[in-house]
Amino acid sequence: MSALAAPNEVVTRALLRQVNVPGLDRPAALITLDNGFDHTKPNTFGPAGLTSLDEAISAALAAEPAFIAVTGKPYIFCVGADITGLPLLADRAQALEIGRLGHRVFARLKDSDVPTFAFVNGAAMGGGLELALHCHYRTLSAGAAALALPEVSLGLIPGWGGTQLLPNLIGIPAATQVIIQNPLMQNKMLKPKQAAELGIADVLLEPADFLERSLEWAAGVVRGEVTVTRPEVDKDMWAGVLYFARQTLDQRLHGAVPAAYRALDLLETAKDADFATGTAAEDEALADLVFSEELRSGLYAFDLVQRRAKRPAGAPDKALARPVTKVGIVGAGLMASQLALLFARRLQVPVVMTDLDQARVDKGVGYVHTQIEKAVSKGRMDKGTAARLYGLVSGSVDKSAFADADFVIEAVFEDLDVKKQVWAELEKIVKPEAVLATNTSSLSITAMAAELAHPERVVGFHFFNPVAVLPLLEIVRGERTDDATLATAFAVGKQLKKSSVLVSDAPAFVVNRLLTRFLGTVFAAVDAGTPLEVANRALDPLGLPMRPLALLQLVGPAVAYHVGGTLHAAFPDRFGVSENLKRIADSGQPIVVDDEINAEVAKLLVVGDQPLTEDEVRRNALDALAQEIRLMLDEGVVAEAQDIDLCMILGAGWPFHLGGVTPYLDRTGASERVTGQRFLPRGVASLAG
Amino acid sequence: MPREVRDVVFVDGVRTPFGKAGGMYANTRADDLVIRCIRELLRRNPQLPPERVEEVAIAATTQIGDQGLTIGRTAALLAGLPKSVPGFAIDRMCAGAMTAVTTVASGIAVGAYDVAIAGGVEHMGRHPMGEGVDPNPRIVAEQLVDPSALVMGATAENLHDRVPHITKQRTDAFALASQQKTAKAYANGKLQDDLVPVAIRDEEGGWGLATADEAPRDTSLEKLGSLKTPFRPHGKVTAGNAAGLNDGATASLLVAEEVARELGLPIAMRLVSYGFVGVEPEVMGVGPIPSTEKALRIAGLSIDDIGLFELNEAFAVQVLAFLDHFGIADDDPRVNQWGGAIAIGHPLASSGVRLMTQLARQFAEHPEVRYGLTAMCIGIGMGGTVIWENPHWEGNK
Repeated sequence: MSALAAPNEVVTRALLRQVNVPGLDRPAALITLDNGFDHTKPNTFGPAGLTSLDEAISAALAAEPAFIAVTGKPYIFCVGADITGLPLLADRAQALEIGRLGHRVFARLKDSDVPTFAFVNGAAMGGGLELALHCHYRTLSAGAAALALPEVSLGLIPGWGGTQLLPNLIGIPAATQVIIQNPLMQNKMLKPKQAAELGIADVLLEPADFLERSLEWAAGVVRGEVTVTRPEVDKDMWAGVLYFARQTLDQRLHGAVPAAYRALDLLETAKDADFATGTAAEDEALADLVFSEELRSGLYAFDLVQRRAKRPAGAPDKALARPVTKVGIVGAGLMASQLALLFARRLQVPVVMTDLDQARVDKGVGYVHTQIEKAVSKGRMDKGTAARLYGLVSGSVDKSAFADADFVIEAVFEDLDVKKQVWAELEKIVKPEAVLATNTSSLSITAMAAELAHPERVVGFHFFNPVAVLPLLEIVRGERTDDATLATAFAVGKQLKKSSVLVSDAPAFVVNRLLTRFLGTVFAAVDAGTPLEVANRALDPLGLPMRPLALLQLVGPAVAYHVGGTLHAAFPDRFGVSENLKRIADSGQPIVVDDEINAEVAKLLVVGDQPLTEDEVRRNALDALAQEIRLMLDEGVVAEAQDIDLCMILGAGWPFHLGGVTPYLDRTGASERVTGQRFLPRGVASLAG
Repeated sequence: MPREVRDVVFVDGVRTPFGKAGGMYANTRADDLVIRCIRELLRRNPQLPPERVEEVAIAATTQIGDQGLTIGRTAALLAGLPKSVPGFAIDRMCAGAMTAVTTVASGIAVGAYDVAIAGGVEHMGRHPMGEGVDPNPRIVAEQLVDPSALVMGATAENLHDRVPHITKQRTDAFALASQQKTAKAYANGKLQDDLVPVAIRDEEGGWGLATADEAPRDTSLEKLGSLKTPFRPHGKVTAGNAAGLNDGATASLLVAEEVARELGLPIAMRLVSYGFVGVEPEVMGVGPIPSTEKALRIAGLSIDDIGLFELNEAFAVQVLAFLDHFGIADDDPRVNQWGGAIAIGHPLASSGVRLMTQLARQFAEHPEVRYGLTAMCIGIGMGGTVIWENPHWEGNK
């Protein structure tokens, strides 16, 4: 054991108490998992925690209890293995050992002659849920925050029995969903009701008296008064479901996430293998994955999203932020309307939209109202909130409605002169300290503010489409933007529940600059004569959320061409202008139809005679990214490589297994090849050796 | 508008096990105790659609913190009753729950509503007696009330002065009998069915379950005789012959009799009459004597008609004074068959309903008894009595 001891483990202790339950002639053993902190620091299992559980089970059994039950501290059952300990494991043998230790301790609950129960009172994830799966029976609180086996999202597999127990409990289709599909779908979690419907719990109980009812239910089971029936697992569909799941994975990830494939293999094993064989296979998979680059990138990305996103690097003192009691939105188009709804929902202050004529204003306000109605009819918003929002959002053709606004954001046509004109007009109306925010995706904040009396209150506030979904907000500091303005922008971003990253006033900021450079390389290959299909497939090994041409279609060829133009003007040597892209944009034709390249579009292209292979296209794209990121860091666009990765994860949906992007560029050698150095030292987002 | 007064019945009542202040409920909220009772009451009576509950009256003496915030309403919401169910907080110190019962019963009787929940809670560990009180200086300046009236133990010593024939030996003997009767009742399973198990938690042991009262103890006359008299040097009142400082909650279901029959709810007791009377605050323990006389008078009954008594044992001397007044022996089998607050505990505002649930169960065991009463003394000099009729009475057959 001492070999495994993790120096920084926050130990979740297994507290044992003998409990007299009415109707039973012997006490039951109730084990509480509790790390001694409140719910903001959830229970996890490291070596010492597992040992504590082992001891509690021994002591419980020694007293010959009527049953053994395991429950959690308030709001938290257990959220799984202590992943912070994983990078500290010295070698594969230690990784094997940690897997085996969990298996050995949990198996005692499965193999016990005394009935065992999990009373899942709160959040149960990973190893926490696997512990519950080992128990003979499970009760579940309807108030539990979430249940999940999220391991694959990080680059692991549920390696403490999850891949073997779950499919044999709830069937292979649902188990595949929980173990593979959900983690790869923005780490989707189960609500208690869904988990109970899937059969993960035997009974769903209300939170108010969950423990009392659970003990009573368990006593009923022990006395034979409560009969637990579970649907029989259909073994005939096993192979078919996994075949289909594998195909889907191939289409989406092209083999880029080894953990997902290992999980598939283990689910296959679970069909016929005995439990010992299945768990031994889990141990091997776990040990392999702990020493994989993808896991290290995943852990790094997880930490960025969980911690760095909540404490933006370089943000000024929060105390400088000014209160925002009214928001103005210049424009009433689709983007402006989405912003109006978001600001009203999150800030709960009056939001007024303006536009050139009443018809546009009415359309914008109408859009917001329709969205509210939809949310109510789908049960996602209660009527009281809806009534409040109706009252908060208004429209006007008269910009004097902004006179008492503290924060005005513009979402007008992407043209520097137009925007300057808007601000010049507004400055005569708004209070001198009102923040003027621009949702520009590529124009200079400094230039936009240059002729204003108070340029210090202009800030970039760049959302990603769809506004309600993508969590990233690039907050752009112009040359003269002051700290109070910036602090207010960060405070508003936080209230909007966005993850803000501070970027300097550089062309196209972070995400658009990198995506444009990346797509530009791919399009350059096309211009040179590379078939569209080849260029489109070239990045498959990365397992990106979509292929380059699908991304181009999502962004819109015209927008891409426009942003490309801005960047070309700034950096003509690295950002080319593709006439082919213009031809596609002008044609208005979709590039991709049903996942296939549109042959009509292919015909429009005028190309050279120097086609590249997939490997060459990919290498060019990665090299371009490495070069651009190094330049951005040198220019001080963001504080550190970590911020680039955070932007790519949250703003472009780039995956955890790449660590965003710089860990992947490091591990494939692109960074050293192009820039002569790594972005991150070994061990930060990669294996130490 | 002509109207009839309707008969009101006590359908069911439950309570948490009573804890010792600082004991098993040290980490349990007061409101959670009473919420647990309300939920259990609804669960035990599935014939009652929750939306038919039209009032929730919850008593607490110290109505601050987790016993504040209009606890009847908030407890109803937190117990999962429909939002349409109103509620209120009520306070008459030790007789809080009793007053909750008589108040909603009166509302039912005049037709204001059909079904109500009445109960009480006192977490004396979290809210010690006298927490946050601010007595008016006129009490002292104008000598309106003897200052000792605010210290319950002192009022019990004052009562001893007025009834010198009640010796310390007699109060200790009564206290011992209370402990013994409670122990026997537990052994015979008389008390357990009233109890609602409560999840408890502490740092060292994790979660647990409270399933029995914490206060009852094994004692003897010798041990009782050796206890200190904290309220007066060489006094008579000790921790042994008085109720302790306790945590607990109760809840009961009061329903118009016709509605109980319509819904198929069991009828455990029928309300006959009640009386509350004020007495000199410094001898508050005599309160139940005039309140019982009043309730008997209203009911047109005499003390001889009462076949079962559930008297709150705030202090042995105060129960003995009552018994002496009505010529009832200390060990009369009709009185506190299963012991009383000296053994079980007395979480102030919750106790009234405990008396009722026990009387209800005794009624079922004693079809030869037609009437019973529940009575208690109340701080600042009051007494409260409720007389009940046994629906299982077979005397007229």
